[in-house]
Amino acid sequence: MTITLLFMAFLMGVVVWWLVKQTINIKPWVMDDGVLVGDVDAGVLSEPKAKTGLWVFLAVVTSMFCLFISAYAMRMKLGDWTPLPEPDLLWVNTGLLVLSSIALQWARNAAKQDRIDSLKVGLNVAGVLTIGFIVGQLFAWRQLVDDGYFLNSNPANAFFYLFTALHGLHILGGLVAWIRAVSRLWRGSDAAQVRLSVELCAVYWHFLLIVWLILFGLMLST
Amino acid sequence: MSTATTMHDETGHVPPAEVEEVELYHAKTWLGKYVFSQDAKVIAIQYGCTAIAIGMVGLVLSLMMRLQLGFPNEFSFINPSNYIQAVTMHGMIMVVYLLTALFLGGFGNYFIPIMIGARDMVFPYVNMLSFWIYLLSVLILVASFFVPGGPSGAGWTLYPPQVMLEGTPGHEWGAILMLVSLAFFIIGFTMGGLNYVVTVLQARTRGMTLMRLPLTVWGIFMATILALLAFPALLVSAIMMLFDMLLGASFFMPAIVSMGEQLDHSGGSPILFQHLFWFFGHPEVYIVALPAFGMVSDILSVHARKAIFGYRMMVWAIVAIGGLSFIVWAHHMYVSGMNPYFGFFFATTTLIIAVPTALKVYNWVLTLWRGNIHLTIPMLFAIGFIFTFVNGGLTGLFLGNVTVDLPLSDTLFVVAHFHMVMAVSPVLVLYGAIYHWYPKISGRMFHQGMAQFHFWITFVGSYAIYYPMHYLGLMGVPRRYFSMGSTDFILPSAQGLNEFITIAAIIVGVTQLLFIYNLVWSLFKGEKASDNPWNATTLEWQTATTPPGHGNFGKELPLVYRWPYDYSVPGEDIDFLPQNQPPRGAG
Ligand code: HEM
Ligand SMILES: [Cu+2]
Repeated sequence: MTITLLFMAFLMGVVVWWLVKQTINIKPWVMDDGVLVGDVDAGVLSEPKAKTGLWVFLAVVTSMFCLFISAYAMRMKLGDWTPLPEPDLLWVNTGLLVLSSIALQWARNAAKQDRIDSLKVGLNVAGVLTIGFIVGQLFAWRQLVDDGYFLNSNPANAFFYLFTALHGLHILGGLVAWIRAVSRLWRGSDAAQVRLSVELCAVYWHFLLIVWLILFGLMLST
Repeated sequence: MSTATTMHDETGHVPPAEVEEVELYHAKTWLGKYVFSQDAKVIAIQYGCTAIAIGMVGLVLSLMMRLQLGFPNEFSFINPSNYIQAVTMHGMIMVVYLLTALFLGGFGNYFIPIMIGARDMVFPYVNMLSFWIYLLSVLILVASFFVPGGPSGAGWTLYPPQVMLEGTPGHEWGAILMLVSLAFFIIGFTMGGLNYVVTVLQARTRGMTLMRLPLTVWGIFMATILALLAFPALLVSAIMMLFDMLLGASFFMPAIVSMGEQLDHSGGSPILFQHLFWFFGHPEVYIVALPAFGMVSDILSVHARKAIFGYRMMVWAIVAIGGLSFIVWAHHMYVSGMNPYFGFFFATTTLIIAVPTALKVYNWVLTLWRGNIHLTIPMLFAIGFIFTFVNGGLTGLFLGNVTVDLPLSDTLFVVAHFHMVMAVSPVLVLYGAIYHWYPKISGRMFHQGMAQFHFWITFVGSYAIYYPMHYLGLMGVPRRYFSMGSTDFILPSAQGLNEFITIAAIIVGVTQLLFIYNLVWSLFKGEKASDNPWNATTLEWQTATTPPGHGNFGKELPLVYRWPYDYSVPGEDIDFLPQNQPPRGAG
């Protein structure tokens, strides 16, 4: 559970730091403490709400993956663990995911600068690469099954299928948001109207890329 | 000290800037308004009604258990299988589907936007989905009563391996449906939870600084953060368990011979499940406790006409409890054969968490001290809460110590402890809160006589049920047992006590129907409520109409000038100053 605890400690640290900043020395019962009078914006964050929502969601997902990794670390120590040889195809898939993240970042910059054509290209390329990643992962499963590495034959295998499946599901969820952005562009939205969606997609993709690199690294090294 | 220092700076007033308006979604059809509504208040009521309905199922199950314990083998419809299924479903329903849903989905939805001066949640559509997914999870749970083999009988903790062994009722369908239902619950909750957090962070009206939030909002906010981070642990354990059950993995399942047959699993660790489960399970206690803490603070303050004592301390205590609640989980696993140093660590953290909790209790009592106490119905429940919570908290100190816990583990002492602290206490707050806000939500006053009766029976009755259970537990009566068999250490008098508890439980259980009857009756026949019947300061009482319409406030959002506890401010003509009342001398 150490990994999870570190993450929780980090999050709690953020919460407490933010809170102390906002609350230390404030005496809400005193009327003339400077914040009392009308013209205060109450310290409300100015970020777009969807962006804050996404970050909170990422914290939830991180919590989940941390717990999976903790479970992995604990289960690994038991006697029956036999590491499985990760298929080389995974390196290709990883490459695809990296490229899709880059493409989205490119689209995000294009959206910022109102370059609608590059935006479209970036977005489409990212989508195709991502679908390529998913298909690649399915092929990796196929290959492992063909080689006799079944889910129920070893916990290391089970974790492999579990991790890839969950990560894949999150990617699919991201693709829903991606489809919405693409279809809005098709229906003639301009760059400004999809700027936020594209930005959020990019953040989400980078996040899932990091998650994948960690999971992949973990499985390679153990 | 708090109110005495109030000073009005009459020159420094700056005229308030315009409040930024949000565009509200307006439903056009009847369905869109009342069924697939995106209005947080309607969603809140939907959540509330669903939670109470499934809670009634949990109540009936508990009475079924009590009948067997009080009058063993008198009732032919109770057998060992459905007894343990009742234990399981009762526990899970009460903790997750009733309390969590009612506090966060119900009260969170209704009061977060309105108390912070917002028109609605920030993502209304997601909020609506949250409810429907919750409803789906409840339906899946209920469906497990009707599948072959019935619902799971593994205890609400769902420990492997027995959850999937043939000897356990519901080991096939029941257990799977339970896990799937939990997964849906968590997904639905996450959707709601994102809303609650972002709404508190970003939709506060002008002047509503963090330190001007009512403690109700603080409690719900922190509980939501806990839930968002802790529920994934339950999700993770549910998913891994489903892998074991359906796909033949061995995450949790050791090699095992069941009914003379070697099962296909090997090498898994049941302890791993316990770690994951309790990593969720302990914060869960605070997920239901923190909103209760917040609401009880507000109720006490309003009905004692006095500022909450130590507001800042209360906020920090909520945060401290929230943080600490993640590092105490293994106190549920003292009997799992853990390293003694490990046990020592968790005993220490468990006792440390008592410090901020005790601070809160002191502050509640000090809020009452020299207050102008009105013994209204909500106040009675709030004071009742302080008693039961202290009671349950003290036995928690016993159980937190490894050596004391070992002999008490899995006895009725534990059942008595957790019912005091996380069943009766939050439920008392829920009742108090429902009575307190009923006039605002329904526009009518509830019936006083029925409510008085409900309070006294529930409060005294809970003590009648759970107090004797401590003695039974000390005697060694085990929990989750269908019958005691012939046991030397359990005295014959235990049976008499058990009968008494059962009779008390039936009386308490039936009285809850009166509560529901009161809510429904008052909705039609109750006296019309004024906008602010308790003379409270917080924004929900300052709405233009009662009950508040879609969008909560009138044309303009309220502006907040002060904290929520300006009661009995010296030098003022009235004994409360609403949060949106400008300082004197300001236009
Ligand atoms: C009229 C009210 C209630 C009565 C009479 C009642 C009675 C019982 C009984 C007899 C048991 C089984 C004890 C055993 O043999 O292990 C039990 C277990 C339990 N109850 Fe309640 N209960 C009530 C309300 C609640 C509430 C509101 C909660 C919400 C937190 C709750 C949570 C639990 C839990 C978590 C268990 C443990 C289930 C298990 O062992 O798996 N109960 N209750
Ligand atoms: Cu605990």
